[in-house]
Amino acid sequence: MPETRVLLKHAEDPELRTLAGYKRYDGYATLEKAHRQMEADEILKELEESGLRGRGGAGFSMGKKASFLPRGEVQKYLCCNADESEPGAFKDRELMQRNPHQLIEGIAIAAIAADAGHAFIFIRGEYASQADILEAAVAEAYEAGYLGKDVLGSRRDLELVVHRGAGAYICGEETALLDALEGKRGNPRLKPPFPAVQGLYGGPTLINNVETLSNVPRIVAHGAKWFRGFGTERSPGTKVVSVSGRVRRPGNYEVELGVPARELICDLGGGPLDGEVKAFYPGGSSSPVLTGDDLDVPLTFEDMEAAGSMLGSGSIIVADESVSIPDMALRTARFYHHESCGKCAPCREGTNWTVKMLERVVRGEATPMDLDIVASVQENIIGHCLCVLGDSMAMPVGAMVRKFREEFERVIAEAGPQLDEASRIAAVQGAPETIGAMP
Amino acid sequence: MADLPVDPAISEGRVPERAPEGVPELHEVDCPSELQERIEKLMEKYPDRHSVSIPALWAVQERYGWCTPEGIRQAAAVMRVTPAYLESIASFYDMLHTEPVGTHKVAVCTNIACWMRGADELLDAFRAAAEGEDVFVSGFECMGACDIAPMASIDQRYFGPLETGEAATAIEQLVAGHEVLRDKSLERRPLAGDAVGADRARGDADA
Repeated sequence: MPETRVLLKHAEDPELRTLAGYKRYDGYATLEKAHRQMEADEILKELEESGLRGRGGAGFSMGKKASFLPRGEVQKYLCCNADESEPGAFKDRELMQRNPHQLIEGIAIAAIAADAGHAFIFIRGEYASQADILEAAVAEAYEAGYLGKDVLGSRRDLELVVHRGAGAYICGEETALLDALEGKRGNPRLKPPFPAVQGLYGGPTLINNVETLSNVPRIVAHGAKWFRGFGTERSPGTKVVSVSGRVRRPGNYEVELGVPARELICDLGGGPLDGEVKAFYPGGSSSPVLTGDDLDVPLTFEDMEAAGSMLGSGSIIVADESVSIPDMALRTARFYHHESCGKCAPCREGTNWTVKMLERVVRGEATPMDLDIVASVQENIIGHCLCVLGDSMAMPVGAMVRKFREEFERVIAEAGPQLDEASRIAAVQGAPETIGAMP
Repeated sequence: MADLPVDPAISEGRVPERAPEGVPELHEVDCPSELQERIEKLMEKYPDRHSVSIPALWAVQERYGWCTPEGIRQAAAVMRVTPAYLESIASFYDMLHTEPVGTHKVAVCTNIACWMRGADELLDAFRAAAEGEDVFVSGFECMGACDIAPMASIDQRYFGPLETGEAATAIEQLVAGHEVLRDKSLERRPLAGDAVGADRARGDADA
C-alpha cells in the first residue's frame, strides 16, 4: 500500500524549506485567504468540523480546544509544542526540517482563530539544526509580512518566537512546557485551571503539537469535508507515523488513519529483521505494548483504545524475536526514571522502584513474587500523579509483565539454580555481600 | 529538638554574612559586552524577562563551554535575577552543564530503538575512541532520531545509522577539525519512502 502524502507532500523538494520554495506550492495563500476573506469564527468552525484530533498524544479535538479560549480583550497566547521527546517519535522533526513554513502558516492561521497575538514554538534542545531551520523560516516570514505588526494589512499582530529547550522530556507535558517557557524549571502544574483558561503568563493559551498545526493550512484551504475524506469517522485525516526498532526500513511514513499496523510494520517498514514481530509499541514508548497477534488493529484512536493501548503520538517501535522483553521493560522504565521531574511521589518513587526491581529480574535475583509487586507498583502509579509521566511508564511496563509473564518467569527461573535459597532471599532483600558474591 | 546554631547577626538585626546572594549588580560581575547585549536582545522578545533563562544559559554555555558560576552570575546580573535562580534552571536540564566538559560533545542515544540496534556497543566504542581526547562522550535518552538508530549527536548534529567502527573515524575527524561522517548526516538523508531501494510507490494526495 502506498503512502498518502498530505503533510509530507513535496517534502522531497529541498527548496520547500525556503519561503520561495514553499510559495511555489501555493504557500501562505491560505493565510491570505484567512486574513482577507474569513472571520475567526469561520476558521474555528472549519477546524471543529474537520474533527482534527491532537497529534501529540492525547488526541483531543483541536477545534474544540481552541474554542475553549475566552473571547474579548484579554491577552492570549499560542504555543506550538515541538518538544517531541517520546521515545519512538520523530515525526515532528521531519515536518519541521522539511516544511517549516507549513507549520508557521498553521500557527498564523490558528492564532487568528484563537485571537492570539503572541505565539511560541517550544522546540526541544536536541533539535539544534531544526531550530536553525525554523529560525531562518520565521525570519523570512517576518520579512514577507506574514508575521509581525499588522499582518497583511489585517490590523492583527502576531509575534512568533522560537524557544529552544535544553533537554528534559517533561517539558513536552503542556503545563511543564508553560513553566519552562516562563523561565522556571519545567515542572507540571496542577490542573485545573487548564491552559485554555490560565496558561502562559496567566493568560488563556492554546497549545498544539507540530503535526496538528501543520494540518491547519490545508483544512482551512480545502474545508473540513475534504479533510474528512481521509481516515475514519472518529479519526479523520492522515498521520505521519514514525516506524523504528527492529524493522528493515525505519522512517516516517504518512498514511490515512485506519490502516492496520501491519501495513506500516511489514509493508512500508519492510518487516522485522529477525523472525516474527514479537511486540510493538503502537504509540510511542508510553503506549501499552501489543503483540504479534495485534498486527491487524487499525491505527485509529478508537481501535487502539479498544485493543487496550493507545495511538498516542503514532510512533511504532517494533521488537522482533531477538529482543528480550524484560530488558525492553527495563530500558523503558529507566527512561521515565531519568526524566521524572520529582515533583510528586508516585512517579518519583514508583519509577525508581520499578527500575530497581526490573534490574533484579534481569540480573536473576528476583522471585516470581516480585513480578506481582512490579505489577502492583504500576497500578498504584496510574492516575495518582500530577501529569501522565508516571502513567507513561506504568502502562507499557504493566502491559509487558502481563503479556509476557512467561518470559519474565523463565528469565527468573533460568537464573534461579545459580543461587541457593538463603542467598536468594538475601539478594532480594538487597544484602550487599550476597550481591557481590553473585556468579 | 537540638539547638541550631544561630548567626549572631540575625539577633543583632544585620544581614548575615553568609546570606544567599541577592541579585548581583552589573558592575560586580564583569560581564563581556557581547554576552550582555545578546541576553538583553533576547529579553526584548518576551513579555517577561524571566523567560530568557534557558536562552541566556545557552549563551553562557556557548561562551565558556559550560555554565560556569561566573557566567551564571553575569547572566543573572543582566536578567536581574539571583544566581541561585539560574543555577536551579541549569541543573534541571540535561544539555546544560554545570561542570567542565570537553570542547566537543558526543551524545549517544541508548534508548529503546537505538538499544535494539546496538547502541550500548556504539557508546563503548565512542568512549574508547575519545580516551585522552578533548571530547565529552555521554549516553543520552531518546533524541528523536530512531529512524537512524543507532545514532549519535556530535556537536549538536545528528548522525546515523552508525557502525561501531565509525566511532573512531568520527572522533578522529572531529579532533582534526574535519567534516564528520559526511554520508551519515541526518540532513543528507531522504525521506524513508523516497530512499533508493524503497520499493513502495508514493501517493501524493490531490489538492
